[in-house]
Amino acid sequence: MNESVAASGTSRAIKSPTLETRPETAATPTKVAIRNLDFFYGDNRALKAINLDLPERQVTGMIGPSGCGKSTLLRCLNRMYDLYPGQRATGEAMMDGENIVDPKVDLNALRSRIGMVFQKPTPFPMSIYENIAFGVRLHEKLSKAQMDERVEWSLSRAALWEEAKDRLHTPAGGLSGGQQQRLCIARSIAVRPEVILFDEPTSALDPISTLKVEELIDELKRDFTIAIVTHNMQQAARCADRVAFFYLGEMVEVGTAAQMFTSPREVRTQQYITGRFS
Amino acid sequence: MPESAEHIVKSYEQDLKRLRHMITEMGGMVENQVAMACTAILQRDRAAAAQAIETDAKVDAREHEIEQYVIRLLALRQPVAGDLRQIVSALKSTGDLERIGDYAANVAKRSLVLEQYSLRYAATGLAHMASLVQESLKRIIDAVGADDPDKAMQVWRSDEAIDEIYNALFRELVTYMMEDPRNITPCTHLLFIAKNLERIGDHATNIAETVYYAVTGIPLTDARPKGDLSPYAVVKPAGE
Repeated sequence: MNESVAASGTSRAIKSPTLETRPETAATPTKVAIRNLDFFYGDNRALKAINLDLPERQVTGMIGPSGCGKSTLLRCLNRMYDLYPGQRATGEAMMDGENIVDPKVDLNALRSRIGMVFQKPTPFPMSIYENIAFGVRLHEKLSKAQMDERVEWSLSRAALWEEAKDRLHTPAGGLSGGQQQRLCIARSIAVRPEVILFDEPTSALDPISTLKVEELIDELKRDFTIAIVTHNMQQAARCADRVAFFYLGEMVEVGTAAQMFTSPREVRTQQYITGRFS
Repeated sequence: MPESAEHIVKSYEQDLKRLRHMITEMGGMVENQVAMACTAILQRDRAAAAQAIETDAKVDAREHEIEQYVIRLLALRQPVAGDLRQIVSALKSTGDLERIGDYAANVAKRSLVLEQYSLRYAATGLAHMASLVQESLKRIIDAVGADDPDKAMQVWRSDEAIDEIYNALFRELVTYMMEDPRNITPCTHLLFIAKNLERIGDHATNIAETVYYAVTGIPLTDARPKGDLSPYAVVKPAGE
């Protein structure tokens, strides 16, 4: 799989996620069940009683205008907000019987289970190899051979192995933007998480790199539960199995991508996705 | 957010308006063509027949134009939701309208042949059928222009009456043919004319389904009452 993806990433990406081949969502078990989730920046209630399921090994897309709460929700799911005083979440985000937003949750363990990829590629100022090994070492003790294997596995899964295998010990900063973003994805999956959160993963990338990342997301959902926040509606349509629309801190509507982009139920959804928003 | 907000991109809004205008204009053209064909047959009007036949090329050209425009919109605007449904429904409706135009031209051509026969057969039934078909067509084009799913639904339901007249006409014409073989030529033409009118009604109901889905997002999946029994009018198959 690695070589074919690396070698023909573009052509694969173009034919990739068709509506017909997407699995039926109804029968899929829920990986993360968000119930009545509120989030506060100080006194400002940024999320209002959110109820949403992230089905296991599916891609859930989150769309909505700036400030609607979609990125905030993503930040809740790996407790990114803990870094900032005055920010808190109430309610539930249950993953395997454990409430993610419970203050007693071990953050290191949580973040090894829920990875995150950001808008701009954020490679560490070290070699490609070390970028991946660094996070793995925090959680696991691996021999050199095992680590080599893990690095190759991660880079292959991120469709970067072919391009990076001969320069593993060169600085990651020498990679192109699209390659850097795939490196960040490789770094996230290296610790073998269960859920990966993508916060606008392609907004800084060119269209071909974007397609490569989208193809990658389609590949990754075989093993991981994925949530993706995107401003690119076509991207949500292409990548996501289910799409949730957020507006002013509320989740207005959730449905299959096909339903949301052909016959959304809510007027607000229809107006947003067709570009009639004011 | 008002209910019927305009598109943020004004040129897109204008594109959609233009598409709607093109479809209603084509609808008007076809409506007029059908009216001419009916006049040709019922009033033995050669000029009307000629006009209905001539219009056909214009209708075909308009269909081609709308198809090209829709392809352009799909490629450049990547429409979704209500916009997507409207654009795809324009593509479907233009095909139905083009077929209606073909049937009208065919009726007009047959009217020229029928001139040499005295049209004492089936004239009342045909006139009634023609008026019902024209009414359906007018209503469905109004529904397209006004995005009116209720009106579309009325047209969808009203097709049964057209089918009933067609069945009656079929039996009547077959009877004339059995009475006297000299009736076969004119009655065959009349049968085709009646069938063409019946098909025009069917295409109007297709457009009704298209409009209903475009506006509401809900496909009209209920089986429409199918009233054309003429396949069984002479010999009914066993078990039917």
